[in-house]
Amino acid sequence: MDKKLGVYICGGCSIGESIDVDRLAELARKDAKAAVCRTHACLCGEEGVAQIQADLASGAVNAVAIAACSPRAKMERFNFGARQLVERINLREQVAWSHKPNDEDTQMLAEDCLRMGVARLEKMEPPEPLAESISRTILVVGGGVAGINAALEGAEAGYDVLLVEKEARLGGFLGELKKTFPTHAPYTQAENNGLAEKVRAVSAHPRVRVFWSTQVVKTEGQPGMFDVTLQNHHGSETHRVGSIVMATGWKPYDRSKLTLPGCDLPDVVTNVELERMAAAGPVTRPSDGKVVNSALFVQCAGSRDPAHLGYCSSVCCMSTLKEAEILRDQNPDIEIFVIYRDMVTPGQYETYYQSVQDHALNFFMKGMVTGLERDANGKVVAHVDGSLMGSPMRVPVDLVVLATGMAANSADNDGIRALRDARRTLERNESETQRTEAEKVIRQLEDREGTEILHLGYRQGPDLPILQSGFPNSHFICFPYETQRTGIYAAGAVRAPMDSQLAAEDACGAMMKAIQSVEMAAQGQAVHPRAGDLSYPNFALQRCTQCKRCTVECPFGAIDEDEKGTPRFNPYRCRRCGICMGACPERIISFKNYSVDMIAGMVKAIEVPDEFADKPRILIFACENDAYPALDQAGMNRASYDASVRVIPLRCLGSMNIVWIADALSRGIDGVLLLGCKFGEDYQCHFIRGSELANRRLENVKDTLERLQLESGRIELVQLGIDEGDRIPHLIDDFVARVRELGPNPYKGF
Amino acid sequence: MANLNAGNGKSGAILVVGGGIAGVTCAIEAAEAGFEAVLVEKAAYLGGHVAAFHRYFPKLCPPPCGLEINFRRIRNNPRVTVYTLAEIESLKGSPGNYEAVIRIAPRFVTSACTLCGECERVCPVEIPDAFNSGMTKTKAIRLPHRMAFPAQYVVERSACPEGCRLCADACRYNAIGLAQQETWKTLRVASVVLATGWEPYDAAKIDNLGFGQFSNVVTNVMLERLAAPDGPTRGKILRPSDGKPPRAVAFVQCAGSRDRNHLPYCSGVCCTASLKQAAYIRSQYPEAKITMFYIDLRTPGQLEEFAAKTIAANGVELIKGKVGKVQEQPGSRDLLVSAEDVLKGRKIAREYDLVVLAVGIVPQTGGLPAGVNLDEFGFAADGNPGVYAAGCVKRPAEVAVSIRDATGAALKAIECVAGRAHHG
Repeated sequence: MDKKLGVYICGGCSIGESIDVDRLAELARKDAKAAVCRTHACLCGEEGVAQIQADLASGAVNAVAIAACSPRAKMERFNFGARQLVERINLREQVAWSHKPNDEDTQMLAEDCLRMGVARLEKMEPPEPLAESISRTILVVGGGVAGINAALEGAEAGYDVLLVEKEARLGGFLGELKKTFPTHAPYTQAENNGLAEKVRAVSAHPRVRVFWSTQVVKTEGQPGMFDVTLQNHHGSETHRVGSIVMATGWKPYDRSKLTLPGCDLPDVVTNVELERMAAAGPVTRPSDGKVVNSALFVQCAGSRDPAHLGYCSSVCCMSTLKEAEILRDQNPDIEIFVIYRDMVTPGQYETYYQSVQDHALNFFMKGMVTGLERDANGKVVAHVDGSLMGSPMRVPVDLVVLATGMAANSADNDGIRALRDARRTLERNESETQRTEAEKVIRQLEDREGTEILHLGYRQGPDLPILQSGFPNSHFICFPYETQRTGIYAAGAVRAPMDSQLAAEDACGAMMKAIQSVEMAAQGQAVHPRAGDLSYPNFALQRCTQCKRCTVECPFGAIDEDEKGTPRFNPYRCRRCGICMGACPERIISFKNYSVDMIAGMVKAIEVPDEFADKPRILIFACENDAYPALDQAGMNRASYDASVRVIPLRCLGSMNIVWIADALSRGIDGVLLLGCKFGEDYQCHFIRGSELANRRLENVKDTLERLQLESGRIELVQLGIDEGDRIPHLIDDFVARVRELGPNPYKGF
Repeated sequence: MANLNAGNGKSGAILVVGGGIAGVTCAIEAAEAGFEAVLVEKAAYLGGHVAAFHRYFPKLCPPPCGLEINFRRIRNNPRVTVYTLAEIESLKGSPGNYEAVIRIAPRFVTSACTLCGECERVCPVEIPDAFNSGMTKTKAIRLPHRMAFPAQYVVERSACPEGCRLCADACRYNAIGLAQQETWKTLRVASVVLATGWEPYDAAKIDNLGFGQFSNVVTNVMLERLAAPDGPTRGKILRPSDGKPPRAVAFVQCAGSRDRNHLPYCSGVCCTASLKQAAYIRSQYPEAKITMFYIDLRTPGQLEEFAAKTIAANGVELIKGKVGKVQEQPGSRDLLVSAEDVLKGRKIAREYDLVVLAVGIVPQTGGLPAGVNLDEFGFAADGNPGVYAAGCVKRPAEVAVSIRDATGAALKAIECVAGRAHHG
């Protein structure tokens, strides 16, 4: 597109008192060849905005550079439509408010900011939205309490739903229960299981098609156009769906893995076994069928134990209370002992604990059961340590119940992928060492064979990536539904241990996200966190060298490979972070409005004084989500820092291409500072591991630097939180001081 | 008022009452699916309590990180209309067809505000800063906090001296309107989500724990501000009485919760919150002794992993037992904490220089429209078709669970939207 550039410079909010705005305007007119350049004392006021609108309407300009406050301020004022090219140049927070007024260095900074902004705008094209035909049907995998509620509520909102259940009946585990613990006021009595009614409703709903005894055997495609193959004893058929709710639930922790001595005695049952016994009729002793006059519950059987389940299964304390009530219903004189570490009955559930605790024949003791054995009378004796009674105790009872926890019904995506890769290595007849390594991997991961659930046809594996605990990896605090697979949302106990009430609610949330995902796909828009973004990367495949970095590094599995290893991009899976763009050594990946060339142009636009000027230049690449707001915050606090820095915001630090660093250093820029989010186990990157990937790329850069005989200290990556604006002055000034000590970049002037 | 007929052929808006993390989530999730959402918040800014938190558990990450994304989503989405300083005055109608009247208090500052700060410099009046739990002062004209959205100043008009116009005269952008009046708006909406959240239990009601009597007894809510870089001590946790670093800190769990005289229910989040705060203290004072007096340690789900790690890494001493009394030592203003050590079966009394009361969650149901069902504890209960509760007004919940709940409530709410598209 032929650009007619309009540069609008604001002098308000003390910009005009700090910077020579007229000189900036002259620069815009002469050097930047702006078709129109105007200054205004308050650009965000009605008059200023009206002027820009008039210039756009008359056709005098078609690309707008606004040199005023941060792009995070006055966003609504300077919004001229999603397709209008606008570049915001931050003269307020990051220049006027954070640097010495009317100073040569401040002025040079402002001028560079203008040049960089104009350079960016020159390379920017309006995005052309994706416009494929989108299916709004939603697939729900799993017909337990979460799946049933997701299907029902989605259908009620007007969406067609396919509900797939591998068993012959809906209801999952909850469907087997006689009673559920109280989920409504006054929270003092077990409730009748109301699931049957929901099963009927979902089975009869005109918008829901239920597939019983059916499994997903293949999921190809991308959000808006997943082709899902379902298989049952009638055969298989393929359906097109727009998004997926994964509600595959949980399984009880395998009691055979428990190491408690005596836990395999005949009169020791798990809570799940007890529930099944209770649903079938009165509970009796398994060994002799006699009445149970005393029972002991062992809480946390496997849970809260790093050797088994590191987490708390959340529901077992409440289940135990209910099971105690069921046992008492059939035998009012039964003595019940509950050996717990902590009774976890949060919220209103506390009332239930108190009402069960109040019964004279219920005994709750904090302690650990260290072993179980059978005594001469046929009773099971529990050895309890560290109880409230002080010394270790022996408690003989008729029945012991192990409150085993919940394990997610998920698949080990990364393990399965590694297993498949190893198998492929063997097939391909690679070198001896590779074969040995592959054989080792296969031995380790063989049991993952056939455990796929969604069977995604993704390069990065067949299922949702999971955490060590087996639950899907997500931003589980602020954006708990986000997964690493766009358009696929986990719900219920597969996502976190939770009770049926929470699972039913959670299902609504996941269905909401699934609906949103298809609606946004239909508009060609990205989903969270760049919600509404119409841009997406283009691949100039003729220059691709099949290095596979993009297909491996994409956190969302958006890029598959053909047999040769050429990337096959699935734009509807894409979250527009640009990590692929940063990864590509051939620089063949670019967005219409964000590209390697564009940022390189910004780097090139920085004026680098010669080595005698004593004016170092430091380039900062800042994550626009967190580090950039922190930089703004420093300005808002009027905290001053070295004016030799030039800031380029990036969609994610992971989109940083190392060629920019090479460009910068070869132009004589003295140092490069990367500001990104915290990485590691408690990562804060909105794109999972952008900053971590940038850090890894940096390791490679440092080798290159040493070859060029440039000090590796010229480049640094700092993990910075959005609330750490107060760190900015020190952080920048210290880095500049260190770079100054290294002396000017010897490549200046080359 | 935004055009209620825009977007994907659906009509009718959902009304979300309360602009904390649950309300914000509910409104934006519905809007991104193509539905109109009106978000009504009684404070001058969105974000509610989490805006004042230093860090979230279990990642110990800063809340503004997620808020920044959510506010960007709202600003980019024409289908969300936000009213701050606004409350519901009345609600009539039935699912699919409600009429809500909202009362909007004047802000006295318009959207022309640029945050230049001139007004604040000239304002002659200081008032207690509610954002910092009253631990600091702020000017009568102020930005509620430094990441506030909407990014607009607000005036506490009742504090203004008679006839004072200093701020209005200083404003170069004509953004201050000291004559603004209360206004009312009538909205037609299809459904309502109540996300009015919670307030901390009033610790002064728990006589025996000394809050309000002894300055070194603080609440968990106050400690969030003491740890925050934009808080009263710029993030340095110090004893209120003398500004000294604490050497021994006691966390008193269930301060008001699980107590028939105060809150009979468990507030659900305080155990994990105290452990998080223990980590704040130890990161500043690696030698500080930290004791947590608790009844049961309730850190459900994956929070258990956080709890185990935090207890081990920070040397938190756990004593099972309810604190009976907190007394101040004359002179040192240290605190004597008396409790029953249940596991050892004896009474103990220990000295600390800072006591943190883990006060619980009280649902905010004042000002809710008539006809909303409340359970016996005052939480909003189910059973009102077309009106759904989400987040802490429904049950005590951690942030992630409130967000899940609010996303689910958005689905319930859009089911009531009339004329919704039926997709084949």
